[in-house]
Amino acid sequence: MPENRSVQRWIIRWIPLLVILFGATVILPTILSSFEINLLGRFLTYAIVAMGMDLLWGYAGMLSLGQGLFFGIGAYCFGMYLNLEAVGPKMPEFMGLYGVTELPWLWQPFRSPVFAIIAAVVVPMIIAAVIGFMVFRSRVQGVYFSIITQALTAIIALLVVGQQQLINGTNGITEMKTIFGHSLAEDGTKRALYIVSALTLAGVFILCRWLVESRFGRLLISIRDDENRLRFVGYNPTLLKMIVFSISAGIAGLAGILVVPQVGIISPKQLDIAASIEIVIWVAVGGRGTLVGAILGAMLVNIGRSQISTANPEIWQLIMGALFIGVVVLFPNGIIGAFKGLFTTIRARLSPRTSGSSIPVVQSVNQA
Amino acid sequence: MESLALQIFNGLSTGSILLLAALGLAFSFGLMKVINMAHGEFIMIGAYVTYFFQAFLAVPLRGAQGPKEGLVFLLSIGAAFLITGLVGFLLEMTLIRRLYGRPLDTLLATWGVGLILQQLARSYDSRNLPVTSPKWLVGAWMATPDLALPYKRLFIIALAVICVVLIYLFLYRTRNGRRIRAAMQGREMASCLGVATRRVDALTFALGAGLAGVAGSALTLIGQIGPQLGTTYIVDAFMVVVLGGVGSLPGTILASVLIGVFNSFLEMSTTATLGKVLVFVLIIAFLQWKPQGLVALRTRS
Repeated sequence: MPENRSVQRWIIRWIPLLVILFGATVILPTILSSFEINLLGRFLTYAIVAMGMDLLWGYAGMLSLGQGLFFGIGAYCFGMYLNLEAVGPKMPEFMGLYGVTELPWLWQPFRSPVFAIIAAVVVPMIIAAVIGFMVFRSRVQGVYFSIITQALTAIIALLVVGQQQLINGTNGITEMKTIFGHSLAEDGTKRALYIVSALTLAGVFILCRWLVESRFGRLLISIRDDENRLRFVGYNPTLLKMIVFSISAGIAGLAGILVVPQVGIISPKQLDIAASIEIVIWVAVGGRGTLVGAILGAMLVNIGRSQISTANPEIWQLIMGALFIGVVVLFPNGIIGAFKGLFTTIRARLSPRTSGSSIPVVQSVNQA
Repeated sequence: MESLALQIFNGLSTGSILLLAALGLAFSFGLMKVINMAHGEFIMIGAYVTYFFQAFLAVPLRGAQGPKEGLVFLLSIGAAFLITGLVGFLLEMTLIRRLYGRPLDTLLATWGVGLILQQLARSYDSRNLPVTSPKWLVGAWMATPDLALPYKRLFIIALAVICVVLIYLFLYRTRNGRRIRAAMQGREMASCLGVATRRVDALTFALGAGLAGVAGSALTLIGQIGPQLGTTYIVDAFMVVVLGGVGSLPGTILASVLIGVFNSFLEMSTTATLGKVLVFVLIIAFLQWKPQGLVALRTRS
């Protein structure tokens, strides 16, 4: 009964997601405090970035050290809008300190929230597409891509620090009070932002799942595993890589919109290379090449950080370092990979006659 | 005329610092395809070694015969090379060895190592520490009445030149150097012909780390040192190696001098940050034309 089967598959696939979403958006807000919800809402945005990173790294094998940059650009775009909303018809406060008397042209369109939201997604996508086009066209691969994206991040962070009159340099944009008329300090706003983040995460998850399960997803994996072969078969890896880089940048920008009202600040510190590399570790801890892994990793690492780092920041640094080493040496496929391995071993033990697993397991990324 | 000469000198000076920072990477990244993100922290270790020499060893070494701080400084450069090299050697034996052929994983693992080393330095003292330069390096050489060239900068340029010459002699005039080149150009064939490639790997990595240590010593001359010292240089150093052409010593030299000089001129005609941005754009544009870098190296791998 093929139809029955497809219904069954549909249930298996989507019911867990719906249950988790229900738990996250309806149950959690009733039991957690405003502070905890705000924290969790932030981590959800990190999970969104992590998913974009996973699409790029876990599936297509391209380790970008620029995701933090795209996240930051998204946050800056929306932060500029929030700043203008806070000051109304006046000028952002910091500009007065530098003697700027007229709103710079760059700021003008950010009076519109729609423009700010679109820019937060589209600007990272364009930057990624342009850099991607140049880098991939000259067939820069693997580690070179990482080094160039890292340099791009460093350069733009430097540029932002240098622009004091325009975007308040090192201090960043902090003057935010309301979002669409609701005070950011209010409990209800925090909960609403959390729920929007959760829904966005679910939406991005569905988008990514659809992408990786389509023909496009298989092409991504083949870029990772054997780009030359893909080229010889007649595909254009340059274009594909450009597209996936651009999509992942857009996802990071989208997360940036959501993070900024929840933290109330965006400064060049978020554009630091360390921030970009940290995104990689979220994905690696959860399990690269699985979307659930990216979400899980981002949540776990950040919850761990918030638990440990407030009491003992020094120890957290050491744990973070150990995490990088441990995940690479001991668990290259992260938590999900470890569980999958365990699961397959147990199954093989229990039923020695069944041949192999029915679920196609994504190959581990050893050669990148 | 003087300002032009000064710009060129500044460029050479920046270039030689870049070169010192990048030489070690040319070994670990260029020859072994290990993305050593802890390289910056190796530089930091070198700087701290110099600091410790000055803070704790200067008085006993100086003895009763009057101040020989210059000697202590020179000794500390050698010590920085040896100690950082040892750290690199240990790291290769314990960690890097497991990760050959997985360059992106070396990036992550060494970043972790870097975080730990940085934290250790921070637990020792989170502030920036000053290192006093030897007296004979204070002041400037008046090349013409209007052109003052600081001795420190001249010393760094000289140190970079000495390092390059020594590396050249080592790679092309010694047995170990020949083994390194053989392992790099054709690992399997070299191994078939009796080169202990694993030992060569450890040696190469240690050498790269040691050079980072020397860079760290040199950096104490131009500013304070601190746990974050390495992070400032790591990105630039990688760009030098990419621009120069991976695994090519002449390429690395040429690239650092070019980046230094371009930086110096662009910073003068625009601003410091804009100059750096333009240099980055130029590098990306150049890689469009020659993806292999300035000096492409042929290998059999």
